[in-house]
Amino acid sequence: MAKRDGTTADNELKRTEQPSELLRELVAHLRQNRTQLREEWVVRISETRLLTAMTKEEIFAEATSVYDSYVEALETEAFEALQAYARNLSERIIPRGVETHEVVGIVLLLRDVLARSLFAKYQNDFKKLNRILDAYEPAANRIANTVAVGFVQERERVIRQQQEAIRELSTPVLQVRERLLILPIIGVIDPQRARQLTEQLLRGIRTNRAKVVVIDITGVAAMDVTVANHLVQTVEASRLLGATVIVTGLSPEIAQTLVTIGVDLGKMNTVGDLQGGIEQAERLLGYKVATLAEPR
Amino acid sequence: MEVPILKQGAFLIATFQAALSDADLNHLRMGLVQQVVKFRSRAVIVDVTAMDVMDSFASRTLREIAHMIRLRGAETVIVGIQPEVAFAMVQLGLTLEGVATALDLEEGLAYLNEKFKVTN
Repeated sequence: MAKRDGTTADNELKRTEQPSELLRELVAHLRQNRTQLREEWVVRISETRLLTAMTKEEIFAEATSVYDSYVEALETEAFEALQAYARNLSERIIPRGVETHEVVGIVLLLRDVLARSLFAKYQNDFKKLNRILDAYEPAANRIANTVAVGFVQERERVIRQQQEAIRELSTPVLQVRERLLILPIIGVIDPQRARQLTEQLLRGIRTNRAKVVVIDITGVAAMDVTVANHLVQTVEASRLLGATVIVTGLSPEIAQTLVTIGVDLGKMNTVGDLQGGIEQAERLLGYKVATLAEPR
Repeated sequence: MEVPILKQGAFLIATFQAALSDADLNHLRMGLVQQVVKFRSRAVIVDVTAMDVMDSFASRTLREIAHMIRLRGAETVIVGIQPEVAFAMVQLGLTLEGVATALDLEEGLAYLNEKFKVTN
Protein backbone atom coordinates (compact mmCIF):
# COMPACT_ATOMS: atom_id res chain seq x y z
CA MET A 1 0.00 0.00 0.00
CA ALA A 2 1.22 3.51 -0.69
CA LYS A 3 2.01 5.04 2.64
CA ARG A 4 2.41 8.69 3.00
CA ASP A 5 4.36 8.99 6.19
CA GLY A 6 4.70 12.74 6.02
CA THR A 7 8.51 12.65 5.92
CA THR A 8 8.36 13.78 2.32
CA ALA A 9 6.86 17.04 3.46
CA ASP A 10 9.51 19.64 4.01
CA ASN A 11 10.31 20.71 7.55
CA GLU A 12 8.73 24.07 7.05
CA LEU A 13 5.32 22.45 6.89
CA LYS A 14 2.97 25.17 8.00
CA ARG A 15 -0.28 23.55 7.08
CA THR A 16 -1.29 20.34 8.77
CA GLU A 17 -2.53 18.53 5.73
CA GLN A 18 -2.69 14.81 6.09
CA PRO A 19 -1.70 12.80 3.07
CA SER A 20 -5.24 11.48 2.88
CA GLU A 21 -6.56 15.02 2.69
CA LEU A 22 -4.25 15.70 -0.23
CA LEU A 23 -5.45 12.57 -1.91
CA ARG A 24 -9.06 13.56 -1.45
CA GLU A 25 -8.29 16.98 -2.85
CA LEU A 26 -6.65 15.65 -5.98
CA VAL A 27 -9.31 13.00 -6.50
CA ALA A 28 -11.96 15.73 -6.28
CA HIS A 29 -10.08 17.72 -8.88
CA LEU A 30 -9.82 14.73 -11.20
CA ARG A 31 -13.53 14.01 -10.84
CA GLN A 32 -14.51 17.61 -11.41
CA ASN A 33 -12.52 17.78 -14.61
CA ARG A 34 -13.41 14.31 -15.70
CA THR A 35 -14.96 15.18 -19.05
CA GLN A 36 -12.17 17.43 -20.16
CA LEU A 37 -9.33 15.22 -18.96
CA ARG A 38 -10.86 12.10 -20.45
CA GLU A 39 -11.23 13.87 -23.77
CA GLU A 40 -7.62 14.99 -23.64
CA TRP A 41 -6.55 11.46 -22.95
CA VAL A 42 -8.53 10.01 -25.83
CA VAL A 43 -6.97 12.57 -28.16
CA ARG A 44 -3.48 11.59 -26.95
CA ILE A 45 -4.35 7.92 -27.48
CA SER A 46 -5.20 8.45 -31.13
CA GLU A 47 -2.23 10.78 -31.64
CA THR A 48 0.14 8.07 -30.50
CA ARG A 49 -1.73 5.55 -32.64
CA LEU A 50 -2.63 3.18 -29.86
CA LEU A 51 -5.67 0.88 -29.81
CA THR A 52 -5.89 0.97 -33.60
CA ALA A 53 -7.87 -2.27 -33.45
CA MET A 54 -10.76 -0.49 -31.76
CA THR A 55 -13.32 2.00 -33.05
CA LYS A 56 -13.64 5.53 -31.70
CA GLU A 57 -16.84 4.61 -29.87
CA GLU A 58 -15.22 1.57 -28.26
CA ILE A 59 -12.20 3.59 -27.19
CA PHE A 60 -14.44 6.23 -25.68
CA ALA A 61 -16.49 3.65 -23.78
CA GLU A 62 -13.42 1.85 -22.45
CA ALA A 63 -11.70 5.15 -21.69
CA THR A 64 -14.59 6.22 -19.55
CA SER A 65 -14.56 3.08 -17.47
CA VAL A 66 -10.77 3.04 -17.21
CA TYR A 67 -10.72 6.70 -16.12
CA ASP A 68 -13.32 6.10 -13.45
CA SER A 69 -11.57 2.98 -12.21
CA TYR A 70 -8.26 4.86 -12.15
CA VAL A 71 -9.64 7.68 -10.05
CA GLU A 72 -11.46 5.27 -7.79
CA ALA A 73 -8.27 3.30 -7.22
CA LEU A 74 -6.51 6.54 -6.28
CA GLU A 75 -9.25 7.27 -3.82
CA THR A 76 -9.86 3.90 -2.23
CA GLU A 77 -6.46 2.28 -2.75
CA ALA A 78 -8.43 -0.91 -3.47
CA PHE A 79 -5.86 -2.43 -5.78
CA GLU A 80 -7.40 -5.91 -5.80
CA ALA A 81 -10.55 -4.45 -7.26
CA LEU A 82 -8.44 -2.66 -9.84
CA GLN A 83 -6.61 -5.86 -10.74
CA ALA A 84 -9.91 -7.67 -11.18
CA TYR A 85 -11.09 -4.83 -13.37
CA ALA A 86 -7.87 -4.98 -15.39
CA ARG A 87 -8.26 -8.71 -15.98
CA ASN A 88 -11.85 -8.21 -16.97
CA LEU A 89 -10.89 -5.44 -19.37
CA SER A 90 -8.12 -7.61 -20.81
CA GLU A 91 -10.52 -10.49 -21.36
CA ARG A 92 -12.58 -8.14 -23.52
CA ILE A 93 -9.81 -6.52 -25.50
CA ILE A 94 -7.30 -9.32 -26.02
CA PRO A 95 -9.56 -11.05 -28.56
CA ARG A 96 -9.72 -7.68 -30.34
CA GLY A 97 -5.98 -7.89 -30.89
CA VAL A 98 -4.86 -5.32 -28.35
CA GLU A 99 -1.22 -5.75 -27.40
CA THR A 100 0.55 -5.37 -24.08
CA HIS A 101 2.45 -2.25 -25.12
CA GLU A 102 -0.84 -0.59 -26.01
CA VAL A 103 -2.37 -1.23 -22.62
CA VAL A 104 0.72 -0.06 -20.78
CA GLY A 105 0.91 2.89 -23.17
CA ILE A 106 -2.58 4.18 -22.56
CA VAL A 107 -2.31 3.83 -18.79
CA LEU A 108 0.91 5.82 -18.81
CA LEU A 109 -0.71 8.42 -21.04
CA LEU A 110 -3.55 8.80 -18.59
CA ARG A 111 -1.08 9.08 -15.75
CA ASP A 112 0.66 11.83 -17.68
CA VAL A 113 -2.53 13.70 -18.57
CA LEU A 114 -3.62 13.72 -14.94
CA ALA A 115 -0.20 14.71 -13.67
CA ARG A 116 -0.04 17.65 -16.05
CA SER A 117 -3.45 18.72 -14.91
CA LEU A 118 -2.18 18.73 -11.34
CA PHE A 119 0.86 20.75 -12.41
CA ALA A 120 -1.41 23.27 -14.05
CA LYS A 121 -3.65 23.61 -11.01
CA TYR A 122 -0.95 23.96 -8.38
CA GLN A 123 1.72 25.68 -10.42
CA ASN A 124 1.64 28.76 -8.26
CA ASP A 125 2.21 26.89 -5.05
CA PHE A 126 5.37 24.88 -5.51
CA LYS A 127 5.39 23.38 -2.05
CA LYS A 128 1.80 22.30 -2.30
CA LEU A 129 2.41 20.89 -5.75
CA ASN A 130 5.22 18.83 -4.29
CA ARG A 131 3.01 17.46 -1.58
CA ILE A 132 0.25 16.72 -4.03
CA LEU A 133 2.64 14.86 -6.27
CA ASP A 134 4.01 12.95 -3.28
CA ALA A 135 0.50 11.72 -2.72
CA TYR A 136 -0.16 11.08 -6.39
CA GLU A 137 3.07 9.46 -7.58
CA PRO A 138 3.14 6.20 -5.57
CA ALA A 139 -0.53 5.56 -6.19
CA ALA A 140 -0.22 6.30 -9.90
CA ASN A 141 2.78 3.98 -10.18
CA ARG A 142 0.90 1.29 -8.35
CA ILE A 143 -2.04 1.68 -10.70
CA ALA A 144 0.08 1.45 -13.85
CA ASN A 145 1.76 -1.62 -12.44
CA THR A 146 -1.51 -3.27 -11.44
CA VAL A 147 -3.15 -2.77 -14.79
CA ALA A 148 -0.12 -4.02 -16.72
CA VAL A 149 0.20 -7.09 -14.52
CA GLY A 150 -3.52 -7.77 -14.76
CA PHE A 151 -3.30 -7.65 -18.54
CA VAL A 152 -0.33 -9.97 -18.68
CA GLN A 153 -1.96 -12.42 -16.28
CA GLU A 154 -4.98 -12.58 -18.52
CA ARG A 155 -2.81 -13.26 -21.54
CA GLU A 156 -1.05 -16.04 -19.67
CA ARG A 157 -4.37 -17.54 -18.72
CA VAL A 158 -5.42 -17.60 -22.37
CA ILE A 159 -2.15 -19.23 -23.35
CA ARG A 160 -2.58 -21.92 -20.70
CA GLN A 161 -6.10 -22.56 -21.91
CA GLN A 162 -4.90 -22.99 -25.47
CA GLN A 163 -2.15 -25.33 -24.39
CA GLU A 164 -4.69 -27.43 -22.56
CA ALA A 165 -6.88 -27.55 -25.66
CA ILE A 166 -3.98 -28.70 -27.78
CA ARG A 167 -3.14 -31.37 -25.27
CA GLU A 168 -6.65 -32.63 -25.24
CA LEU A 169 -6.80 -33.04 -28.98
CA SER A 170 -7.29 -36.69 -28.53
CA THR A 171 -5.43 -39.12 -30.67
CA PRO A 172 -7.84 -41.81 -31.73
CA VAL A 173 -7.01 -45.46 -31.31
CA LEU A 174 -8.43 -47.03 -34.45
CA GLN A 175 -9.22 -50.63 -35.17
CA VAL A 176 -8.57 -51.38 -38.84
CA ARG A 177 -8.82 -55.16 -38.74
CA GLU A 178 -9.76 -57.72 -36.16
CA ARG A 179 -7.05 -57.60 -33.50
CA LEU A 180 -5.19 -54.76 -35.27
CA LEU A 181 -5.08 -51.21 -33.93
CA ILE A 182 -3.57 -48.10 -35.44
CA LEU A 183 -2.46 -45.12 -33.38
CA PRO A 184 -1.62 -42.19 -35.68
CA ILE A 185 0.23 -39.53 -33.73
CA ILE A 186 0.38 -36.01 -35.06
CA GLY A 187 1.99 -32.87 -33.76
CA VAL A 188 3.96 -32.10 -30.70
CA ILE A 189 4.16 -34.61 -27.92
CA ASP A 190 5.07 -33.47 -24.47
CA PRO A 191 5.46 -35.90 -21.58
CA GLN A 192 1.90 -35.33 -20.45
CA ARG A 193 0.42 -36.08 -23.85
CA ALA A 194 2.72 -39.09 -24.19
CA ARG A 195 1.37 -40.46 -20.95
CA GLN A 196 -2.20 -39.85 -22.06
CA LEU A 197 -1.56 -41.65 -25.34
CA THR A 198 -0.07 -44.65 -23.56
CA GLU A 199 -3.00 -45.00 -21.20
CA GLN A 200 -5.46 -44.67 -24.04
CA LEU A 201 -3.60 -47.26 -26.10
CA LEU A 202 -3.39 -49.82 -23.29
CA ARG A 203 -7.11 -49.48 -22.62
CA GLY A 204 -7.73 -49.84 -26.36
CA ILE A 205 -5.65 -53.01 -26.50
CA ARG A 206 -7.70 -54.55 -23.77
CA THR A 207 -11.07 -53.42 -25.12
CA ASN A 208 -10.38 -54.48 -28.71
CA ARG A 209 -8.31 -57.54 -27.75
CA ALA A 210 -5.65 -56.34 -30.08
CA LYS A 211 -2.66 -58.50 -30.87
CA VAL A 212 -0.85 -55.98 -33.04
CA VAL A 213 -0.64 -52.20 -32.77
CA VAL A 214 0.86 -49.93 -35.40
CA ILE A 215 2.00 -46.61 -33.93
CA ASP A 216 2.61 -44.17 -36.75
CA ILE A 217 4.72 -41.14 -35.95
CA THR A 218 5.08 -39.69 -39.44
CA GLY A 219 3.33 -36.58 -38.18
CA VAL A 220 5.76 -36.06 -35.32
CA ALA A 221 8.65 -33.84 -36.25
CA ALA A 222 10.85 -34.36 -33.27
CA MET A 223 10.84 -35.87 -29.87
CA ASP A 224 13.12 -35.33 -26.97
CA VAL A 225 14.74 -38.02 -24.89
CA THR A 226 11.95 -38.08 -22.32
CA VAL A 227 9.26 -38.66 -24.90
CA ALA A 228 11.39 -41.23 -26.73
CA ASN A 229 11.62 -43.13 -23.46
CA HIS A 230 7.86 -42.91 -23.14
CA LEU A 231 7.56 -44.49 -26.56
CA VAL A 232 9.79 -47.35 -25.52
CA GLN A 233 7.74 -47.79 -22.34
CA THR A 234 4.57 -47.84 -24.41
CA VAL A 235 6.01 -50.67 -26.50
CA GLU A 236 6.98 -52.60 -23.37
CA ALA A 237 3.67 -52.05 -21.62
CA SER A 238 1.79 -53.19 -24.73
CA ARG A 239 3.82 -56.38 -24.75
CA LEU A 240 2.73 -57.05 -21.17
CA LEU A 241 -0.81 -57.03 -22.51
CA GLY A 242 0.16 -59.54 -25.16
CA ALA A 243 0.28 -57.09 -28.06
CA THR A 244 3.11 -56.55 -30.52
CA VAL A 245 3.87 -52.96 -31.44
CA ILE A 246 5.15 -51.84 -34.83
CA VAL A 247 6.41 -48.26 -34.98
CA THR A 248 6.30 -46.61 -38.38
CA GLY A 249 7.25 -43.28 -39.87
CA LEU A 250 10.34 -42.46 -37.87
CA SER A 251 11.94 -39.30 -39.20
CA PRO A 252 15.75 -39.13 -39.45
CA GLU A 253 15.82 -36.83 -36.42
CA ILE A 254 13.82 -39.22 -34.30
CA ALA A 255 15.88 -42.17 -35.48
CA GLN A 256 18.93 -40.23 -34.32
CA THR A 257 17.35 -39.55 -30.92
CA LEU A 258 16.52 -43.22 -30.42
CA VAL A 259 20.03 -44.30 -31.31
CA THR A 260 21.50 -41.61 -29.06
CA ILE A 261 19.56 -42.70 -26.00
CA GLY A 262 20.62 -46.23 -26.67
CA VAL A 263 17.24 -47.81 -27.24
CA ASP A 264 17.60 -51.54 -27.57
CA LEU A 265 16.42 -51.76 -31.15
CA GLY A 266 15.91 -55.46 -30.77
CA LYS A 267 13.00 -54.57 -28.54
CA MET A 268 11.47 -52.14 -30.98
CA ASN A 269 9.86 -53.35 -34.13
CA THR A 270 10.02 -50.60 -36.74
CA VAL A 271 9.00 -50.33 -40.37
CA GLY A 272 9.56 -47.41 -42.74
CA ASP A 273 6.05 -46.24 -43.43
CA LEU A 274 2.47 -46.86 -42.37
CA GLN A 275 1.66 -48.97 -45.41
CA GLY A 276 4.61 -51.26 -44.69
CA GLY A 277 3.60 -51.39 -41.06
CA ILE A 278 0.06 -52.48 -41.83
CA GLU A 279 1.30 -55.09 -44.29
CA GLN A 280 3.61 -56.54 -41.67
CA ALA A 281 0.84 -56.47 -39.08
CA GLU A 282 -1.43 -58.37 -41.43
CA ARG A 283 1.27 -60.97 -41.96
CA LEU A 284 1.69 -61.37 -38.21
CA LEU A 285 -2.03 -61.85 -37.83
CA GLY A 286 -2.20 -64.33 -40.66
CA TYR A 287 -4.11 -62.14 -43.08
CA LYS A 288 -3.48 -62.36 -46.74
CA VAL A 289 -4.63 -59.68 -49.16
CA ALA A 290 -5.56 -60.92 -52.63
CA THR A 291 -7.16 -59.24 -55.61
CA LEU A 292 -10.43 -60.84 -56.60
CA ALA A 293 -10.61 -59.57 -60.13
CA GLU A 294 -8.97 -57.10 -62.46
CA PRO A 295 -9.89 -53.54 -61.49
CA ARG A 296 -11.94 -51.92 -64.24
CA MET B 1 -3.52 -67.65 1.09
CA GLU B 2 -3.61 -70.64 -1.17
CA VAL B 3 -3.40 -69.94 -4.86
CA PRO B 4 -5.53 -72.45 -6.73
CA ILE B 5 -3.66 -74.40 -9.39
CA LEU B 6 -5.87 -76.10 -11.93
CA LYS B 7 -4.96 -78.66 -14.49
CA GLN B 8 -6.13 -78.17 -18.06
CA GLY B 9 -4.81 -81.01 -20.19
CA ALA B 10 -1.10 -80.57 -20.58
CA PHE B 11 -1.21 -77.16 -18.96
CA LEU B 12 -1.49 -75.81 -15.43
CA ILE B 13 -3.40 -72.62 -14.64
CA ALA B 14 -2.56 -70.64 -11.50
CA THR B 15 -4.88 -67.77 -10.69
CA PHE B 16 -3.40 -65.08 -8.49
CA GLN B 17 -5.72 -63.44 -5.99
CA ALA B 18 -5.55 -59.71 -5.35
CA ALA B 19 -3.26 -59.31 -2.38
CA LEU B 20 -0.48 -61.86 -2.18
CA SER B 21 2.11 -61.55 0.53
CA ASP B 22 5.78 -62.29 -0.07
CA ALA B 23 5.32 -65.55 1.82
CA ASP B 24 2.41 -66.51 -0.45
CA LEU B 25 4.55 -65.83 -3.51
CA ASN B 26 7.43 -67.93 -2.21
CA HIS B 27 5.03 -70.75 -1.37
CA LEU B 28 3.49 -70.54 -4.81
CA ARG B 29 6.85 -70.66 -6.54
CA MET B 30 7.69 -74.00 -4.98
CA GLY B 31 4.16 -75.32 -5.38
CA LEU B 32 4.00 -74.60 -9.09
CA VAL B 33 7.27 -76.29 -9.90
CA GLN B 34 6.26 -79.33 -7.87
CA GLN B 35 2.97 -79.54 -9.79
CA VAL B 36 4.78 -79.26 -13.12
CA VAL B 37 6.97 -82.19 -12.09
CA LYS B 38 4.04 -84.22 -10.80
CA PHE B 39 1.85 -83.80 -13.90
CA ARG B 40 4.64 -83.49 -16.45
CA SER B 41 2.97 -80.30 -17.69
CA ARG B 42 4.08 -78.65 -20.93
CA ALA B 43 3.21 -75.15 -19.78
CA VAL B 44 1.89 -72.98 -16.96
CA ILE B 45 -0.46 -70.05 -17.32
CA VAL B 46 -0.28 -67.54 -14.48
CA ASP B 47 -3.41 -65.40 -14.44
CA VAL B 48 -2.85 -62.07 -12.69
CA THR B 49 -6.11 -60.40 -13.73
CA ALA B 50 -7.04 -59.83 -10.09
CA MET B 51 -3.79 -58.06 -9.23
CA ASP B 52 -4.23 -54.33 -9.28
CA VAL B 53 -0.68 -53.64 -8.26
CA MET B 54 2.58 -55.35 -9.08
CA ASP B 55 5.65 -54.55 -7.05
CA SER B 56 9.23 -55.47 -7.81
CA PHE B 57 9.14 -58.55 -5.59
CA ALA B 58 6.09 -59.98 -7.31
CA SER B 59 7.61 -59.19 -10.68
CA ARG B 60 10.88 -60.87 -9.80
CA THR B 61 9.03 -63.89 -8.44
CA LEU B 62 7.15 -64.28 -11.70
CA ARG B 63 10.41 -64.24 -13.64
CA GLU B 64 11.93 -66.78 -11.29
CA ILE B 65 8.89 -69.04 -11.65
CA ALA B 66 9.26 -68.86 -15.42
CA HIS B 67 12.97 -69.69 -15.24
CA MET B 68 12.49 -72.59 -12.84
CA ILE B 69 9.69 -74.00 -14.96
CA ARG B 70 11.79 -73.66 -18.09
CA LEU B 71 14.43 -75.81 -16.37
CA ARG B 72 11.75 -78.48 -16.30
CA GLY B 73 11.30 -78.01 -20.04
CA ALA B 74 7.98 -76.18 -19.73
CA GLU B 75 6.74 -72.77 -20.88
CA THR B 76 5.20 -70.00 -18.76
CA VAL B 77 2.67 -67.43 -19.97
CA ILE B 78 1.61 -64.51 -17.80
CA VAL B 79 -1.90 -63.33 -18.64
CA GLY B 80 -4.30 -60.64 -17.49
CA ILE B 81 -1.94 -57.79 -16.63
CA GLN B 82 -4.19 -54.74 -16.30
CA PRO B 83 -3.40 -51.58 -18.32
CA GLU B 84 -2.72 -49.50 -15.20
CA VAL B 85 -0.48 -52.21 -13.77
CA ALA B 86 1.40 -52.56 -17.07
CA PHE B 87 1.97 -48.81 -17.17
CA ALA B 88 3.23 -48.72 -13.60
CA MET B 89 5.49 -51.69 -14.21
CA VAL B 90 7.29 -50.25 -17.22
CA GLN B 91 7.82 -46.98 -15.38
CA LEU B 92 9.59 -48.92 -12.67
CA GLY B 93 11.56 -50.83 -15.26
CA LEU B 94 9.87 -54.17 -14.49
CA THR B 95 9.47 -55.58 -17.97
CA LEU B 96 9.20 -59.33 -17.35
CA GLU B 97 11.77 -59.80 -20.05
CA GLY B 98 12.03 -63.28 -21.45
CA VAL B 99 8.59 -64.30 -20.22
CA ALA B 100 5.69 -64.74 -22.61
CA THR B 101 2.61 -62.65 -22.01
CA ALA B 102 -0.93 -62.63 -23.34
CA LEU B 103 -4.03 -60.51 -22.87
CA ASP B 104 -6.10 -63.06 -20.97
CA LEU B 105 -6.67 -66.73 -20.33
CA GLU B 106 -8.30 -67.31 -23.71
CA GLU B 107 -5.38 -65.71 -25.53
CA GLY B 108 -2.89 -67.54 -23.38
CA LEU B 109 -4.41 -70.91 -24.25
CA ALA B 110 -4.59 -69.97 -27.93
CA TYR B 111 -0.89 -69.04 -27.86
CA LEU B 112 0.11 -72.32 -26.23
CA ASN B 113 -2.06 -74.44 -28.50
CA GLU B 114 -0.56 -72.74 -31.50
CA LYS B 115 2.93 -73.26 -30.18
CA PHE B 116 2.54 -76.93 -29.29
CA LYS B 117 0.57 -77.77 -32.40
CA VAL B 118 3.80 -77.44 -34.34
CA THR B 119 5.87 -79.69 -32.13
CA ASN B 120 3.11 -82.27 -31.80
